[in-house]
Amino acid sequence: MRLLVLEDDEVLLDGLAVGLQLMGFTVDTVTRAADALAALESDRFDAAVLDVMLPDGSGMDVLGAIRRNGDRTPVVMLTAKDQVADRIGGLDAGADDYVGKPFDLDELAARLRAVMRRREGRAEKTLSWKGVVLDPSRMAVAVDGTPVRLSRHEFTILHALMINPGHIVSRANLEEKLYGWQEDVESNTVEVHIHKLRTKLGSSLIETVRGVGYRVRID
Amino acid sequence: MNSIRVRLFAILLISTGALWLCAAVWIYGSTQRHLEKVLDARLAEAARMVSSLLTDHQINPAVAAKALPDSAENDFEDSSSSYARQLSCQIWSLHGQLVGRSESAPGTSLASHRNGFAETEIDGVPWRVFAVVNEKLGVRVLVGDSIAMRERLVSDVVKGLLLPAVTILPLLAVMIWLSVGRGLSPLDRLARALSKRRETELHPLPEGSAAKEITPMISALNGLFNRVAEARQRERDFTAYAAHELKTPLAGLKTQAQIAIMAQDRSIQEKALGHIVSSVDRTSRMVRQLIDMAAVDTSEEAHESEGVDVDGVVHEVARELEPKAESRCVILDCSQAASGAIMDVNRTLTRLAIRNVLENAIQHTLPHTVVTAATRRIDGVVSVAIADRGPGIPPDEHRRVTERFYRGASAGAGSGLGLSIVDMAVQRLGGRLSFSNEDGFAVTLSFPMQSGTIRAENSTCANLCEHAAAPR
Repeated sequence: MRLLVLEDDEVLLDGLAVGLQLMGFTVDTVTRAADALAALESDRFDAAVLDVMLPDGSGMDVLGAIRRNGDRTPVVMLTAKDQVADRIGGLDAGADDYVGKPFDLDELAARLRAVMRRREGRAEKTLSWKGVVLDPSRMAVAVDGTPVRLSRHEFTILHALMINPGHIVSRANLEEKLYGWQEDVESNTVEVHIHKLRTKLGSSLIETVRGVGYRVRID
Repeated sequence: MNSIRVRLFAILLISTGALWLCAAVWIYGSTQRHLEKVLDARLAEAARMVSSLLTDHQINPAVAAKALPDSAENDFEDSSSSYARQLSCQIWSLHGQLVGRSESAPGTSLASHRNGFAETEIDGVPWRVFAVVNEKLGVRVLVGDSIAMRERLVSDVVKGLLLPAVTILPLLAVMIWLSVGRGLSPLDRLARALSKRRETELHPLPEGSAAKEITPMISALNGLFNRVAEARQRERDFTAYAAHELKTPLAGLKTQAQIAIMAQDRSIQEKALGHIVSSVDRTSRMVRQLIDMAAVDTSEEAHESEGVDVDGVVHEVARELEPKAESRCVILDCSQAASGAIMDVNRTLTRLAIRNVLENAIQHTLPHTVVTAATRRIDGVVSVAIADRGPGIPPDEHRRVTERFYRGASAGAGSGLGLSIVDMAVQRLGGRLSFSNEDGFAVTLSFPMQSGTIRAENSTCANLCEHAAAPR
């Protein structure tokens, strides 16, 4: 679950990056509206957290610009202005949710999961396929009721594949979800994680589509 | 006399009374003159009439003289008996023998002159007498009337005019009193409308329907309402803005605290706690600046000025900020703060301005560099220049940095209040704030002072400077 966080306050930005990472998100951070716009145009994110008041503009402008471009990335607005009128304005401008400062990190994470779920067209909070149940909120996976321990990266890959069983997810796409800009990508790392997942969950769950990517086997 | 109504009433009544008095004197004078003329003409006419009657018809002078007062008596009989026997007629032979006289005429001669008018006194009663000499018959005709009678006539005419006026004077007073009250009713209505208002009702009073005379007062009041409403709005905006601005650091604090609780990794925990500490410092600075700003904003005592030793203030602030400078490995040099100028300004505001600029400089200069504070006095302008070796502020942002809560793209952790406070304080002090980007960033506060407000001080503060600039 790759996130873009736009916030100009250093301490809060650091808190968001570290905190959301601890909760299983891959976080990229920007401090200026222009950078956020550029990042959203060039990279794919599962969701974005945008601060409203910024030195070089407003998160609302970023939101407006990406929505005009047809970008449907779920967006949670983060702002000190959390009066009803502000919330309405934000939601009408195309935000998926609106969180007033100061907020609870757990709540923000839950809201982010909820907006992503909605975008994927799901109502239930867990993903399940053939006895494998994945709970994003607890970062927990169980096979036939038995909990399985996965690393953060393994969890992220499984999550990405289980959102749409049968859909092929490219290796590059999986790498994007695993690593923020600051992290170095090792060339064979996705293969390593897939291998470990097959060991833990059984080899029949994930299928390699040679030259394209991976998918959850549906037959 | 504080009541407009009483004052107007008195003014109107006194001036009306005075006018009436003048009018009465005038009427008295002119009536007297006119009556005199008319009566004199009558005297002359009567005398000539008698004389010509004697000449033309050979009427017996004695009978002629008697006939005259009778006609006079008839004239006045209808109107008032007090004016009966107004005229007296005597016909004397030129040898001094009384030929005939009217009934009311005294036995003695009315006058001794031969021709024309004369005033005489007979038995203590003044008379006005006209004499005409009839040479043909050798007689002198004298016709006279009593001056007392004339005066009574004049005074009766004037009395007749003044009596109704005096009678209606109290009525007039009542009318004036009521009219003044009615005339002042727009003021009463205004006062009632104002006294019914609550402190939050600052909408303007309607100007169109008001009387022309109180329109200036209403517009002045509306102007005041406007200013008060604007000030209140500014305060509300400021409070709201300040609350919003505090929410971001609070969010940061909470997030970092949650990380510290949640993280298993000790290094992540420690980093989060470190962030919390620095964030608390930053937030408390912001709170202090908010208080400063409110102080500058509402400072009533901005007019209270005293002799402020500018160099002294610079050194004092520098001493206060020494620990902060040390923690950032910054050296404060105020050896050039030795202008010796004493300004008659508000001390608190001066201090606030200098402190914020110096604090900014320490905050933004690069570590291991020198921040200099210098004071100068040139051509009646005292300036305080504080220069750092930081990245500075891009020139296109100079205009905006004094806006409240404006943070330049490069400002980093600032509250967006520091320079705003400085600008407000300097403006209140009648000075000017300027920035320059040369070899770092310099902020100059200059105070152009009217002659007399700057006093040079004999004693130099070099000793103090040495202390503050002591090398470390």
